[in-house]
Amino acid sequence: MNTRGLRSQLKDSVPVAGLCTQAGSYGVQDPLRKGFSSVKNELLPSHPLELSEKNFHLNQDKMNFSTLRNIQGLHAPLKLQMEYRATRQIQRLPFLQSSNIALDTLRGNDESIGFEDVLNDPAQSEVMGDPHMMMEYKLGLL
Amino acid sequence: MATLSVCQAPCGGFSFDYCRRNVLLEAELAKLERSVPAARKTGTTICGVVYKDGVVLGADTRATEGMVVADKNCSKIHYISPNIYCCGAGTAADTEMTTQIISSNLELHSLSTGRLPRVATANRMLKQMLFRYQGYIGAALVLGGVDCLGPHLYSIYPHGSTDKLPYVTMGSGSLAAMAVFEDRYKPDMEEEEAKQLVRDAIAAGIFNDLGSGSNIDVCVITKGKVDYLRPHDEPNKKGTRAGSYRYKQGTTGILTKAVTPLDLEVVEETVQTMDTS
Repeated sequence: MNTRGLRSQLKDSVPVAGLCTQAGSYGVQDPLRKGFSSVKNELLPSHPLELSEKNFHLNQDKMNFSTLRNIQGLHAPLKLQMEYRATRQIQRLPFLQSSNIALDTLRGNDESIGFEDVLNDPAQSEVMGDPHMMMEYKLGLL
Repeated sequence: MATLSVCQAPCGGFSFDYCRRNVLLEAELAKLERSVPAARKTGTTICGVVYKDGVVLGADTRATEGMVVADKNCSKIHYISPNIYCCGAGTAADTEMTTQIISSNLELHSLSTGRLPRVATANRMLKQMLFRYQGYIGAALVLGGVDCLGPHLYSIYPHGSTDKLPYVTMGSGSLAAMAVFEDRYKPDMEEEEAKQLVRDAIAAGIFNDLGSGSNIDVCVITKGKVDYLRPHDEPNKKGTRAGSYRYKQGTTGILTKAVTPLDLEVVEETVQTMDTS
């Protein structure tokens, strides 16, 4: 069985430590798909907030779960994470916009508005990912 | 470009794509000895004071863009909820968007709890958002309102620190306004006294600070009632001309006159009817 499919799913849940999101085959970024890369662009963020914003939700979740584990024991965050994982699987195909209603309700995003709802709304973006490539990436065939 | 969006799921919010380009542009412009256009700031005097029955907020109405006045009558007292208002100093867009987002969040929250929102809730939401962006959102705010526990007044700095005080001032004219407050503030004032104090504090900022000017807006919040007085006072009204300075017809003598007729021939004539039904 091809395990690359699983790997691509796992990668999305690991906090992004650096800016180089993945090394393609041969250990360098594929210039055809990601454009030209430079060492400076990968090591230094273009804005001091870039890294902290990229990891903001992950860090918040980590903090909340560890507090919950300390207060209520191991089972509470485990059960919540199981529910999150279940709702995260209710998605459309990768190039279409999913509503994520269940995930939003669990997180409490249905009762708050932030900059991610106002600026750069992905539902209103003018470009769409190439359907074939996105499916291949998701299935790990790329 | 479509291929670049394969690997990351599209997410909303701030996009840092143009930061490197902007840095390069600034370097290029610096070589040509020009500068990047400045963001519109409010360069302001805002203040608030707690009196016997509630809170009085005051603000001037000048918005500057570098050394030029961009708006002579802008409104700096923003609505957060029916019992909470917020004055904003700093970058005009930042204060506007921040107060609107917090106002929406507070509305959703109060619908969820079924109660009138508390000033402490608005304060907590604002400080958490401003701290998240580490001061890059340049919004210095004076938040005041009356809730079930009485009148409250907070000042919120762009990096996310807050102070809960009986009288606060923010903005470039804050020192001038604070001088007036420190001289004449007393606890438990009456409404007229508090309004006069706020008016004088903002006037001090207007006349002694270049970044503040034009009119004085005042907002009086009490339990169940809000008086938004815009403008409360206009100390900088533009003068009216005393007389008419037009020259009479024939003041300038005509020496010579030459008339050149332009012969235009009609080439084509079309009639297009308007739809006036």
